[in-house]
Amino acid sequence: MDTTPTDSLAPPAPAGKTVTRAGDRVFLGLSRGSGILLLVIMAAIAVFLTVRTISAVSQDHGNFLTTFEWNADNTPPVFGIAVLAYGTVVSSVIAMVIALPVSIGIALFISHYAPRRVASPLAYVVDLLAAVPSIVYGLWGALYLVPHMQGLTAWLDQYLGWTVVFKQSAPGTAARSLFTVGILLAIMIIPIITNVSREVFRQVPRAHEEAALALGATRWEVVRMSVLPFARSGIVSASMLGLGRALGETMAVATVLSSSPVLTAHILDPAGGTFAQNIASHFGEATDFGRDALIASGLVLFVITLLVNGAARMIIARRKEYSGAAA
Amino acid sequence: MAKRIDVSGLSAYYGNHLAIEDISMTVEPRSVTAFIGPSGCGKSTFLRTLNRMHEVTPGGRVEGKVMLDEENLYGAGVDPVAVRRTVGMVFQRPNPFPTMSIYDNVAAGLRLNGTAKRKKDLDTIVERSLVGANLWNEVKDRLNKPGAGLSGGQQQRLCIARAIAVEPDVLLMDEPCSALDPISTLAIEDLIGELKERFTIVIVTHNMQQAARVSDRTAFFNLAGVGQPGRLIELDETQRIFSNPSAQATEDYISGRFG
Ligand SMILES: Nc1ncnc2c1ncn2[C@@H]1O[C@H](COP(=O)(O)OP(=O)(O)O)[C@@H](O)[C@H]1O
Ligand SMILES: [Mg+2]
Repeated sequence: MDTTPTDSLAPPAPAGKTVTRAGDRVFLGLSRGSGILLLVIMAAIAVFLTVRTISAVSQDHGNFLTTFEWNADNTPPVFGIAVLAYGTVVSSVIAMVIALPVSIGIALFISHYAPRRVASPLAYVVDLLAAVPSIVYGLWGALYLVPHMQGLTAWLDQYLGWTVVFKQSAPGTAARSLFTVGILLAIMIIPIITNVSREVFRQVPRAHEEAALALGATRWEVVRMSVLPFARSGIVSASMLGLGRALGETMAVATVLSSSPVLTAHILDPAGGTFAQNIASHFGEATDFGRDALIASGLVLFVITLLVNGAARMIIARRKEYSGAAA
Repeated sequence: MAKRIDVSGLSAYYGNHLAIEDISMTVEPRSVTAFIGPSGCGKSTFLRTLNRMHEVTPGGRVEGKVMLDEENLYGAGVDPVAVRRTVGMVFQRPNPFPTMSIYDNVAAGLRLNGTAKRKKDLDTIVERSLVGANLWNEVKDRLNKPGAGLSGGQQQRLCIARAIAVEPDVLLMDEPCSALDPISTLAIEDLIGELKERFTIVIVTHNMQQAARVSDRTAFFNLAGVGQPGRLIELDETQRIFSNPSAQATEDYISGRFG
């Protein structure tokens, strides 16, 4: 949201009769012009979204925040984001819980454990996975993952069902649930988090690692004492990239989830929805008003993303004086 | 407990490059031995073979024997991690753990490998080590502040405190003052004089006055030419090396008539 690129990039305006070259003037004009254009476009988008949101929400006959169903095109319109917000957050949390440890593990393996002739091809494969379009993951999820989830869900239901979270209301139903979505999202964001973390791990100064080694640290202790603390803020940033993709993922969720306006703690049940999936499923047939309502939900997703990013920045800033960069 | 180091026939490689060749020497316990010589002659490389740090460099390889009292550090079944616990090291650039407080820096080695101690014992050792490194008075009121916030000289003494906290048998120092100002250098030289009561100390220095001031014995290394391996020319009482060395190359080097 850095909205003032011209201010920081453009040279100070020439005072008095300073000689300016034509090239400089053209560049100044260009950069200033594009900066202003960017600001204008962003302001226009903001105004547009806000106006549409207000107009939609003010005509909502349900409560926009607490209503479960999404019937924006009924008369009177009744729609709310409760299920969508819940489903978005739950599926992303599941994805992060799975993806973060796996990604850090793979990244550490590539940067600190694997011999080079294994590490390079592995890093390359992970790079490739990050570039696979999400619809491909979505199709794979729907055609392969969903039918192969039965064993795992039955096991979770049987042994962890008492936690309520892993209870299946109707055992044996198709696994088009938030849980499956979470796993699919995890698979999608693991390459991103791994790539960024790996780069950060690679930048840990040799001196920090040797400090630990010379004290008699094992390889794992070197990772714990020198690598992870140094990479901490980088890991947070990597997670944010991954989480951003998980929160906003549309096609993969829409292909896998069997959505319904049900808000349930049973994450194995085929129910629920997410913001992006809801927009994708309704946008096609929506009336003008229905689209405004969907825009309103998009704005909420945007606010959630902002909040998450703000929280991440706070985590990074809190221990700034201990950050490796200060050394 | 200070121990004697006995090196015989030691060569070290970086990949196919032979960096030091056939070095044999004895380092006496409770004394300071200085390594001098032109840069590139393998002083750091040799020092790092003494705590098995050389082999963490990609391609790093060692041949020969290093006896620490009765134990061959390169013997079969010797764990390099265990070697590094008994042979401590201080680096050229101060490298406290940037994410740790002063206290945690000193305690770092004590917390390794499940050797966790009770808080009270830890406090005692941390204080003793900082006192031992002549740093206690300067930091006792800010033990929980980051170690990276100290001055360069203080950071280097913090690294020394960290190294001696685990009570090593030997302390290796690779040009520990080369990144420091003269006052901090003096503080560290004084400290070395005190530490030799308890440890076997080996110090690499490019500063011959420093070698003359702090060491009991001095080893001179040289190399025949660029790309040639470094060799030990002679090792003798520091006084003798600087007044009446037996090798012509040593005399040339210390009198500045080098190369
Ligand atoms: N990491 C390394 N990889 C390859 N060669 C190295 C490395 N470190 C040192 N060398 C080589 O080993 C020789 C000795 O270097 P070094 O031990 O650093 O000398 P000194 O400390 O006496 O200046 C030099 O020829 C140097 O180029
Ligand atoms: Mg050196």
